[in-house]
Amino acid sequence: MDCAGIINEIKAKFPGFSVISAVQNYPDEICLYVRPEIFKDTCLVLHKILLSPVKMLFALDERKMANKFTVHCVFLSAKSGQWVTVAIDVPAENPCFDSLAKSIYSASLFEREIYEMFGIKPEGNPDLRRLRLHDEVWPQGSFPLRKDFAGAPKNISAENLPAYKFSKVEGNGIFEVPVGPVHAGIIGPGHFRFSVAGEPIINLEIRLGFTHRGVEKLFEGKFLTQALRLAESVDGESAFAHSLAFTQAAEKIAGISISLQAAYARAIFLELERMYNHANDIGGIAVDVGFSFPAAIASIIKESILQLNEKLTGSRYLKGINTVGGVLRSPEEHEIRMVSGFLKEIKKDFNQLAKILTTSVSFMDRVDTTGVLKKKTAEDIGVAGLAGRACGIALDLRKNFAGVYHEAKFKMAVEQSGDVLARLRVRIAEFEESMRLVEFFLSKITPGETAFPQPQRKEGEALGFAESWRGPVLYWLKTDCNGAIERCKIVDASFCNWQGLSYAVLGNIIPDFPLCNKSFDLSYPGNDL
Amino acid sequence: MYRILKYRMLKGIVTRHIAPEALGEIESTGKELKTLIRKKFGKSLHIREVDTGSCNACESEIISANNPIYDLQRFGINFVASPRHADALLVTGPVSKNMLLALKKTYDAMPEPKFVITVGDCALDCGVFKGSYYTAGAVAQILPVALHIPGCPPSPSAIIKSLLAFLRQHD
Repeated sequence: MDCAGIINEIKAKFPGFSVISAVQNYPDEICLYVRPEIFKDTCLVLHKILLSPVKMLFALDERKMANKFTVHCVFLSAKSGQWVTVAIDVPAENPCFDSLAKSIYSASLFEREIYEMFGIKPEGNPDLRRLRLHDEVWPQGSFPLRKDFAGAPKNISAENLPAYKFSKVEGNGIFEVPVGPVHAGIIGPGHFRFSVAGEPIINLEIRLGFTHRGVEKLFEGKFLTQALRLAESVDGESAFAHSLAFTQAAEKIAGISISLQAAYARAIFLELERMYNHANDIGGIAVDVGFSFPAAIASIIKESILQLNEKLTGSRYLKGINTVGGVLRSPEEHEIRMVSGFLKEIKKDFNQLAKILTTSVSFMDRVDTTGVLKKKTAEDIGVAGLAGRACGIALDLRKNFAGVYHEAKFKMAVEQSGDVLARLRVRIAEFEESMRLVEFFLSKITPGETAFPQPQRKEGEALGFAESWRGPVLYWLKTDCNGAIERCKIVDASFCNWQGLSYAVLGNIIPDFPLCNKSFDLSYPGNDL
Repeated sequence: MYRILKYRMLKGIVTRHIAPEALGEIESTGKELKTLIRKKFGKSLHIREVDTGSCNACESEIISANNPIYDLQRFGINFVASPRHADALLVTGPVSKNMLLALKKTYDAMPEPKFVITVGDCALDCGVFKGSYYTAGAVAQILPVALHIPGCPPSPSAIIKSLLAFLRQHD
C-alpha cells in the first residue's frame, strides 16, 4: 500500500477528506498530515478500514521552531504490514484538539497522557485524570514533556494538593477493597481498588504510575548510542525487546540496513527472552493456585535460560548485546552446539511441566473459565500481544511484518476462550515455537560474524517495533540536525493491556485475582515509564 | 502423582553450593547495628522487599535467589509478605516521587530493631535515571542504608553472597 492507495480508500468512505501532505519515508510507514478539523473523522475512517485500535497517540512540542505542537495518531495495517499515521498541528496558545475517545475507546488513555504531559486538551474527553504524575505529589499545570519545562516544581505543600478520585460504586452491601501500592510478593508497585458485592468483583480500578521515572524526558538530548542503555532499563524483563524496537527506529533514521546475520542473532535473543519469561509466568500461574512442584520446575527452566543468556551475551537479561547497526557478539561455533544440546534438555523439562499442569484436574478447574476477557472488549481497549491472541485477536508483529520470521515459517498461537487457561495455552505453544525458532535461526547463522556499520548522526523521525513476550513494543523517535533525540515516545504492550485485566476480573472473586493478574503478567515500569 | 515422583527422582538435587565470599567489599556498619544483628538476627533474617521504581530486573533476580537452584531459604533468610514481620527492608530502584510516601510508611510499619538493604545500581545513585524530574533521590537520602548490593542487576549468587557475608561479619 502506498500514500495514494490509502488516500483513495479513505476518500471512498469520507468524501470530504483531503491531505495537506502525505509522506512515505520508509516502506512500512505512511504519514498523512491533515487539517485539525478533519482529524477525528479521518482517524475514525482509518480505524474502520484497517480494523486497528489506536496503537500510538502522542504529541510533540515544536513551539521553538514552528510555534506549534503536533499530534500523531498511529494505526496498524496488519494486512499490508504498515503503520499509518495521521498528524495534525495544534496551536501553541490554548492548545487543544478533538478527542477521539468517545468514538475510538483505545485513544482515551493516550489522550489523558497527552493532557498530563503537554497540557494539550483533548476536547470532549470525559476523563482527564492524570496517569503518572500523581495528584498528591505533583501540582496541576506543570507539564514535564514541554520543551520549556524548567524542572520539578519546588516548595509544594501537600495540603494544597487534592487526592485522586477513584470511580465509586455505590449501593447496599458494596465493599471497597484497596490493595497496594506495596504488595505481598516481590513485585512492582500498583494500587488496585476492588469494589465487591459479596464475593464477585463488580469493578476494579487500577491506579498505576508508581514507578514513573520520567524516561521519555531522559531520552531527550541524548545521541542514539547513548540512549540505548536507557531503552534497556525501561523494562528489565523485556530489555532486549525494548532495545530492539529502539535500534530499529534508530537504524531507519540513520539509513542503516542490518545484515542478515545480525537479524538472525537478534531473533535468537528475542526468542530466548520470550522463553525465560513464559517459563516464569507458567510457574507463576502454578504458584498462584498453590501448586508448588511445577512452579519449581518452571523456575529451574527459567534459571537455565538466564544462564544460557549469560554464556552467549555476558548478561542474564540480554543487556548490552544489541547496538545500532547490529549485535556486538554473535554465537561462536561451539556455542551453537552448546545451545542445541541445551535446548534438548529444556524440552524434556518443559514437556514434563506442561503435562503435570494440564493433567491435574484441580489445577485445570482453577484456570478454566477464570478471568475471561471477551474479544470485543479486548478489541475496543486495544489489547495486544499475548493477551489479545488468547481471546482470538490473531495479531503478532512477527507475522505481520516481513523479516526472518517468514523464512522460519513462524506459526502464531491463537486461542479463542480468553480465560486464564487460554493465556496459559498460548504461553505453552509460544514457548515450544520459540524453541523451534531458536534452532532454526541457529542453523542459519554464520558463527562469530558481527561486522556492523557505524551510525551517522542524522535528522529524521521513525517508528521502531518489536513483538516482546507481552506484545508489541513501539518506539517513535525524532532526532534533530545534530542527531540528538528530540522526542522519544514509548508504548509497551502493558499500557493498554492493564485495562484488559480490569475487565477480565469482573465477576471473579478476589482470591482469583492473583491468578488472573499473573496470566497477563503486565509490566509496571513499562507502563509507568 | 507418579509422574511427579518419577521426575523428582530422576532430576536429583539441583541446589548449588554457595559460600560467602571474602568480606572485603562489604561496607562496614555501625557498632550498634553489629551487636544488634549478632544478637537478634544471627541465624534467621526476615526481609520485606519494596520496589520504588526499578525496571524489575532486580526483582527477577531476587525471586531467582529463592528458586531451588540458589535456595536462599536454606540460609535462614526469608522474604515476608508484610513489613510487620520483617527485620530488614530491601529496596530496589531509584525512588520515584510517587513511591516516597509508601517507602517511608513501609519502613515505619516495621518493628524495631530494623535495617535497610539496597539492591542494584539505581538504588545507590538513581543509575541511568539520574537527573530525572520525577526521582526523589537515592534510597540512602531517605532512609539509613546498612548494606548495598551492587549490580545491574546483581546475580542471585551475588545477592546471596553479599547477604551471607554481611551476616557473618556480625556473627
